[in-house]
Amino acid sequence: MLKTILNYHFIQNAIMASILSSIVCGIIGTIIIEKKLILMGGGIAHTAYGGVGLGYLLNFNPLIGALSFSLIAALGIGKVRKSNSKHSDIIIALFWSLGMALGILFISFMKGYPPDMNSYLFGNILSVSDTDLINMAVLTFLVILILTVFFQDWKIYLFDEEMAKINGLNTNFLEYSLLLLIAFSVVILIRVSGIIMLITLLCAPSATASLLSEKLKFRMILSIIIGLFNSFMGLFISYKLDIASGASIVIFSVLVYGIIFLVSKRKPYYLTKTETQN
Amino acid sequence: MSNALEVQNLSVKYNNNYALKNITMSVEEGDYLGIIGPNGGGKTSLLRAILNLIDHDCSKILFFDKPFKQVQKLISYVPQISKVDRSYPISVLEVVIGSKLKKSLNPFYKFSKEDKESARDALKMVNIENLADRQIEKLSGGEFQRLLIARALASSPKLLLLDEPTANVDPASRNIIYNLLDKLNNEGTTIIMVSHDTMAISSKVKNIACISENLIYHGGPHLSQQVIDKMYGCPIDLLAHGVPHRVLAEHKH
Repeated sequence: MLKTILNYHFIQNAIMASILSSIVCGIIGTIIIEKKLILMGGGIAHTAYGGVGLGYLLNFNPLIGALSFSLIAALGIGKVRKSNSKHSDIIIALFWSLGMALGILFISFMKGYPPDMNSYLFGNILSVSDTDLINMAVLTFLVILILTVFFQDWKIYLFDEEMAKINGLNTNFLEYSLLLLIAFSVVILIRVSGIIMLITLLCAPSATASLLSEKLKFRMILSIIIGLFNSFMGLFISYKLDIASGASIVIFSVLVYGIIFLVSKRKPYYLTKTETQN
Repeated sequence: MSNALEVQNLSVKYNNNYALKNITMSVEEGDYLGIIGPNGGGKTSLLRAILNLIDHDCSKILFFDKPFKQVQKLISYVPQISKVDRSYPISVLEVVIGSKLKKSLNPFYKFSKEDKESARDALKMVNIENLADRQIEKLSGGEFQRLLIARALASSPKLLLLDEPTANVDPASRNIIYNLLDKLNNEGTTIIMVSHDTMAISSKVKNIACISENLIYHGGPHLSQQVIDKMYGCPIDLLAHGVPHRVLAEHKH
C-alpha cells in the first residue's frame, strides 16, 4: 500500500516539502526560541496574508507577495524591537492584524468568485506544486548557507549580542540576516501548515529538542529529525483518518512535545527560575 | 602618563529624564577606579554609554587617546550577570573562546590550538578550568560570574570595565575576583568597576567616583560624610554587618 502511495506525484512533493520545512524549522526554530522571537514569527506570518491577497488581486504568485510582506514586517518589527524592545509586542500586534485585514481587503476587491484562501490559512501540504517546491528549496538553501558559513559568529551573537558588538562582530549584518531568515522561513512554511498554525511548526520541534539536548548544534540537528518525524507521522495520520494535513501535523507535534516534556528530566525555559539581580 | 579613558560632557537620557548629566572625567592608565552610587544613579548607564551600547550625548569619549573603534581589542567588558542569558546552550570553553573571533565576520571559522589554550588559561585565572566542558546552565552564580570575567580576560585587555562583578556571588568567589583584579592591576591593567558594595570597594581600589546623575566626587578612596549625603540625597551611615571596616573618616554627631 505504502508503495502505491509513494508513487503519487503530490505525495512525493509533500514529502519533499516536509523535509525542507523540517530543516528550516530545526534551524530557525532553535534560534527564535533562544532569541525569544516566537511572537515576532507569528506577527510576520500573519502579515504575509496581506501579500497573498495582493498576489491574487494583481495576478502574481501569492508566495512572492507573502515573501515581500514578510520582509517588510520583519524589518519593521526588527527596527522597533531594536529601539524599544519592551514594547515590540505592540508593533507585532499591529502588523499581525493589519496584514490579515489587508489580505481580506485585497480579496474583496477581486471580481468574480473569490479564490480559496484556506490552503494559505490552514496549509495543504498535499497541494504543493513543483514551482512551490523550487521556491522552498532555494529559500531553504539560503537559510542553511547563511547559518553554516557564519556558525561561530551566530553562536556568540545569539548568546550575548552586546558582547559580540564590543568584540567587533558585525552585529548589524547578523541581526538583519536573522530577520530575513525568519521571513524566508515563514514563506517556506505557509504551504505546509498555513499562516495560522505556522508558529507551532516553527517552534515545537526545537522546543522538544531543547528538552533533550544542551548543545546548540545537536539541538538544531535533533530538531530537524523531530520535525521530520512529526511531519511524516502527521501526514500518515491525516491520510488514515482523512483529516486536514496541517492540523494533524500540528496536533501531533504538540503531542510529541507533551510526551517528551513528561519523560524528560530537563526543565523547559518557562519553568526555570531566573535569578533576579540583588 | 596618558589616559586610559577620557570622557567629556556625557549625558544619557531615558525619555525626558536624565540618567547622567554632563559627566566629565578621565581615568589614568594603571588606575583602579571604583564607581559607586545609589541604585538607579546611572552607574551602569555610564559604562554602557562609554561602550556605545546605549544612546548618549557627549563631546568626547577617548580610550588611550583614540576613539573606541580603533582600540576595541584593548577593551573588555564584564556585564551584570542578570543581563546574560544563562539558559543558552553553550559550554564554558565556548563562551570564552568566542572572544577570539578576530574579524567582523568569520566564515567557516575554526578555533586554533592557541585560541583554545589561551581560553583555558583565562579559565585558570578564575579557577574554573575544571568546568571548561560544562554547559553554562549548570554553573552556580559565582561560577558564572567568574566565567564572564574569564571571557573578558581572554583577549588580554588593557582596560577592563566591570559592572557589579561581586553581586550575587558567594564569598569564596568574591575573594577570588577581588584578588584577581588586584593582581591584574599590579600588572598594568586599568580597571573600572561599578559596584553597590561601597564597603568592599573602598579597601580595594585606588580611586573612587561617586555617580548620582552627576559626578559628585572623583578622587582617593576616603569619602567624606558630605559626599555621601549628597550622593544618596539624605544622611546615611555607611556601616555593614560583620565588616570591620569603615569608609568614612570619623565624624562628629
